[in-house]
Amino acid sequence: MKKTIKALALSAALISISAGALVSCGGDGKQKVGLICLHGETSTYDKNFIDAFKAACKAKGLQGIIKTDIPEGEEAYNTAKDLVDQGCKYVFADSFGHESHILRAAQESPEVQFSHATGTMAHTANVANFHNAFASIYEGRYLAGVAAGLKLKEMGTTNHNIGYVGAFPYAEVKSGYTSFYLGVKSIISDVTMDVVFTGSWYDEAGEKSAATNLIDNYKVALVSQHADSMGAPTACEQKNIPNVSYNGSTENACPNTFVVSSKINWQPYFEYCFDQIAESKAIDTDWSGKLGSTLYDGSVALTTLGKAAAAGTEAKLNEVAAKLKDGSLKVFDCSTFTVKGEHLTSYMADVNTDSEFTPDTEVIKTEGGVTYFAESEYRSAPYFDIDIDGITVRTTQSN
Amino acid sequence: MNKNHEPLFHIVKRSDITLKKAMLIRGIALLSGLVSICLLMLIFTGANPFAVIGQLFSGAFGTQRRFWILLRDSCLLLGVGLALVPAFKMKFWNLGGNGQILIGSLVSIICMKYMGEAGVSDPIIILVMIPSSIIAGAIWALIPAIFKAFFNTNESLFTLMMNYIAAGIVSFFLAVAVTSGSGTLPTLSTGNLPNLGNQYLLTIIVVILLLVIMTIYLKYTKQGYELTVVGESQNTARYVGINVKIVIIRTMVISGAICGLIGLLLAGSINHTVNTESAKNMGFTAIMVAWLAKFNPLIMIATSLFITFLTRGMSQVQTAFGITNNSISDIIIGLVYFFIIGCEFFIQYQVIFIKKQKKKELQEKESEQ
Repeated sequence: MKKTIKALALSAALISISAGALVSCGGDGKQKVGLICLHGETSTYDKNFIDAFKAACKAKGLQGIIKTDIPEGEEAYNTAKDLVDQGCKYVFADSFGHESHILRAAQESPEVQFSHATGTMAHTANVANFHNAFASIYEGRYLAGVAAGLKLKEMGTTNHNIGYVGAFPYAEVKSGYTSFYLGVKSIISDVTMDVVFTGSWYDEAGEKSAATNLIDNYKVALVSQHADSMGAPTACEQKNIPNVSYNGSTENACPNTFVVSSKINWQPYFEYCFDQIAESKAIDTDWSGKLGSTLYDGSVALTTLGKAAAAGTEAKLNEVAAKLKDGSLKVFDCSTFTVKGEHLTSYMADVNTDSEFTPDTEVIKTEGGVTYFAESEYRSAPYFDIDIDGITVRTTQSN
Repeated sequence: MNKNHEPLFHIVKRSDITLKKAMLIRGIALLSGLVSICLLMLIFTGANPFAVIGQLFSGAFGTQRRFWILLRDSCLLLGVGLALVPAFKMKFWNLGGNGQILIGSLVSIICMKYMGEAGVSDPIIILVMIPSSIIAGAIWALIPAIFKAFFNTNESLFTLMMNYIAAGIVSFFLAVAVTSGSGTLPTLSTGNLPNLGNQYLLTIIVVILLLVIMTIYLKYTKQGYELTVVGESQNTARYVGINVKIVIIRTMVISGAICGLIGLLLAGSINHTVNTESAKNMGFTAIMVAWLAKFNPLIMIATSLFITFLTRGMSQVQTAFGITNNSISDIIIGLVYFFIIGCEFFIQYQVIFIKKQKKKELQEKESEQ
């Protein structure tokens, strides 16, 4: 009996000593940078950041530290400070609700640069080492919408009602589904869209049942989504309804119904930040990524087309993307949509964040004879939050 | 020759086990847990087992900040455990900790937001916040308690359901209060509870006070005795003149009030905002804290520390070895829990193997004598 206790104690002591010795090792003198994710790689949203971060670290020879499953509370602040303790010179957080906690960490650690994706506070916070970043993803959504329109056209269906599963009813999601809808509308002029909100960024069961509800009860011919789980694509695959995805390709799981996915490719932003830090230059307070030289290499990117995409989609997308890039085509061209039957001529958007979300900036511009809603020009995060005609928000399930 | 087929082993309930032996069994379980962490990490990532253990400890103790967080988070978990203990001792299975915490947090946030916007000064907001969040938690527990006491409804299901209602109310609040529609409430700067020395200390002090009070309440007060009697046998309780209904309701109100207090700390001192995940599932994790300690508040210090150590340590292990799939660390933590909970079986029961060889030896010895 005594022997066993001794043996146990001895092995425990041995383990802790050798463990202590090993802790001090690790890291090989590389500059450290940190990434804070709301979920892990099972979330399509977070996986998109993780993959880009790893690629950027590899390209720039940095040591990336990735913290997953960090909730939107004090934990985000603690994690950011812990990354600073570990020697990170750059910390990036990926979720909307992380923002105020990361801002607090930035205020306390002015020697470290902090970036936050999708946030809205940097351009009014006046904290030099706190930055927001986003991309003109509405252009990617528009292109995905064009692909969806071509698919509907190829299907030859008379059913021109499509569905959309969204997370929360605010600008980021509304801007996304409106641009998607306008993309479809550029091909199918009489298209209508039903939108269901899940009230969560990651709710696999909720997103799946929302998509199923759209398919079964609203008889939609195609579904797209802006939420982070595989719920909606899976529902589409089961019901054999074409799906336009977001954040990344879902072709492996949904080979028969995956059309295309738009996504923000974060690698250019990460590399930009790493370069700025290496050269001790300031990072943009509010950075907005754009389409690249091809459909696939910009900050706003598409995945390769799925087998379900219509023939000739790629050529058409290239044509539209070229027009978006040279400015001859505006996604939110006010002549292409109406609000309560009227074309928009003026709109005050909430660009400068305050607790009351007061509208403060005129965002309707006219350029080259085109009157359009200037999305992401005054701030990187979207502020298009208008309900346009043709899109119906379904708040209750019809069954 | 005995031709009867004997089972390989049989299980006997231990009537008495020395503390030393019980601790030895727990030690073996802990060690097996550690070994399985290393083994699984080796399989998943090919990580050096010693480095894994090093990171496990580093995650919990590696820096001053991590150590403070370990203490603070253990205290939070201990606090919820202390809330559950009186109910559990009464054999009232309060699975509604999450909801009671959440509703406490929500009420605090409502005070902080709307009173703050109305320009009320912080001390007054705090004075209102404290009782209202505690009462909110208490009400959330009172509802199932009343139904249990008067209609004998199943309290597990009822309290569980109250969790979903609380989460739904939080979602509703966020949809109404955050007019942009994002469902994310930025941190509030009004009505924050004061920092004592550092941001972690207030929670630690409150929970230590709670620990002292709860230990005394359960061990030395008439009410503490009454709830134990109700837990042992309601008929006995009735026979000796205890009003069972009142004990059930009173105990649950205490349980919910403490959860509400934890919610207050989460909202006022820690997060300064609320969302549906704010209770961090502590209402469930604390069940393990309480059970492993056999409802002894003092032993719960150790169990809550251990569970917090494990989660924070594994989070660091996961980061250090570049695992971005959370399921892996969830599996590993689950396996360690399995060992820890499983070993309690071996403390309560003895497994006796029937070894023919040994029997023979015994018989030979006897014949020699």
